[in-house]
Amino acid sequence: MTERIDRASRSLILSWPALTIVSLVAIPFLLLLQVSVGHHDPSGLWSPGFDLSNFALLADPILLRTLAYSAGLAILVAIVCTAIAFPLTYLITRMPRRRQIAWLILLLSTLSLSEVLVAFAWQVMLAKRIGLSEIFVVLGLLSEPQSLSPGFGAVVSCLIYLVMPITVLLLYPGLSRLDRDLIEAAQTMGASNRMIFLTVVLPMLRGPIISSAILVAVFTIGTYVTPSVLGQPQQWTIAVLISRTALSDGNLPGSAAMALLLLAVTLALTGGTILLGRKKESGT
Amino acid sequence: MKARLVTAGQYVFLTIMALFLVAPMVVVTAVSLNSTRRMSFPPEHVSLIWYGTFLGDAGWRASFGSSLLIAVSAALLAMSIALPLSYAIWRFVSPIAQGLAALAMLPFMLPAVVLSVVYLIFWGWVGHPGRIEDVMLSHAAAFLAVPLVTVGLGFSLIDKSLVEAARTLGADETAVFRSIILPILTPYIVSGLAFVFVLSLNEYIISYMVAGFSVETLPIRVFNSLRLGFEPTMCVGATLFMLVTTGVFLLIAAIGDLPRLLGADRSRG
Repeated sequence: MTERIDRASRSLILSWPALTIVSLVAIPFLLLLQVSVGHHDPSGLWSPGFDLSNFALLADPILLRTLAYSAGLAILVAIVCTAIAFPLTYLITRMPRRRQIAWLILLLSTLSLSEVLVAFAWQVMLAKRIGLSEIFVVLGLLSEPQSLSPGFGAVVSCLIYLVMPITVLLLYPGLSRLDRDLIEAAQTMGASNRMIFLTVVLPMLRGPIISSAILVAVFTIGTYVTPSVLGQPQQWTIAVLISRTALSDGNLPGSAAMALLLLAVTLALTGGTILLGRKKESGT
Repeated sequence: MKARLVTAGQYVFLTIMALFLVAPMVVVTAVSLNSTRRMSFPPEHVSLIWYGTFLGDAGWRASFGSSLLIAVSAALLAMSIALPLSYAIWRFVSPIAQGLAALAMLPFMLPAVVLSVVYLIFWGWVGHPGRIEDVMLSHAAAFLAVPLVTVGLGFSLIDKSLVEAARTLGADETAVFRSIILPILTPYIVSGLAFVFVLSLNEYIISYMVAGFSVETLPIRVFNSLRLGFEPTMCVGATLFMLVTTGVFLLIAAIGDLPRLLGADRSRG
């Protein structure tokens, strides 16, 4: 009897999640697959069919170069960001609780800023009149004040700013649960701080490091706003091309095919990072 | 001596990082307080004149309003899906619930531009393109993973023997939910709602591709103005947005255990 009620209430409870998830996740993704092989209609729509010519668009050298650039940018940002975020997170987890909370709120506040607002803020900050370039002149890095955007440096700095909080928050649980007894044991045995960091802390955090690097790379490879605001056309990413194909050219099947290509590259990047992590593990 | 040097190095590093994180917010806020139309920092004369202009402009107010409306609806919608699903996963061993949850995690793990193409195509296919509801539903689906994770974390903290005891003593399902489950879950529900709210509030590319021509959210409006050139009211919009989102996180920190929520172990923290 209770078994029966359980089953009935289970279906009742699951009906709303099932309805919404199937119609808002499963169906839209299947539709993407269907549209990628649909016929392109010049009116801006598409008609069902089995047209592989959309994938011929993908052989375009500009598209491939942009894709390679986006992937390279993603890898660069993931590496630089992890290298900065790791020591930062480590230091935060060693702080007293109140200061920890202050840092977490600061990070969450920057995380919650729209990419549009952050890119805009960087544009203001890098403008000639605002003063960052004047600080650089005082430091001897520049000979005279100049606007630092648009440019590759502006794009990379802004992207690192955007992903820094994500990385810190993903590394935070692992680092704050790090077994202190183990570190103390290493210290008593005379290991230097550097040794402890390299042989105790780093290996234990391999999982979170890999997953945060993947998340950062996925975010960066699909970024649209930062390169359009802070970059010149040669710094545009694949996301800019995809949205142009969809909206300016009105070619939905073409943009669907490009989105699938980006998905494939993202999966390859993710898989590659995981494999790299495994390989290192077996190496030590 | 060496230890002191290391500490000084840490101090410098932390200061640089804090400056790096705070600088864009400070610059935008300062420029929003400028009395002239020119973009200059530090402001020549501090004044709230552009706040008046911003609040008096029906276009900016409408953008702020639709952003808030979309964010609140997306958060509630995502929670209405995540809560029963997490409950089902916790209460019954259900492969269907597990499968649905796995599917629901998918959008959050993909580049945003892919999702924007997916939903652009989807709402056109449904025959209901360019509406504000489309953005709400697309955001709810895109960020569904967030409440699933926070509420799931909440359920994992519930002592099942306590629930068994309550049942043995004759409490029915509703009573158990109200008296045991809900009190433990509340902070996780609130934080799940807050995270989706903030993510949706700031999202650009999905809103733009799904309904950018008819619904102008605040990020879309700022982006459009960026193309036309600098306007001091943009800094006002940005500053007000930062205040709203920082306020939300201060609230979470005040009612919940922020380090724990973000995964720290309380016994050590």
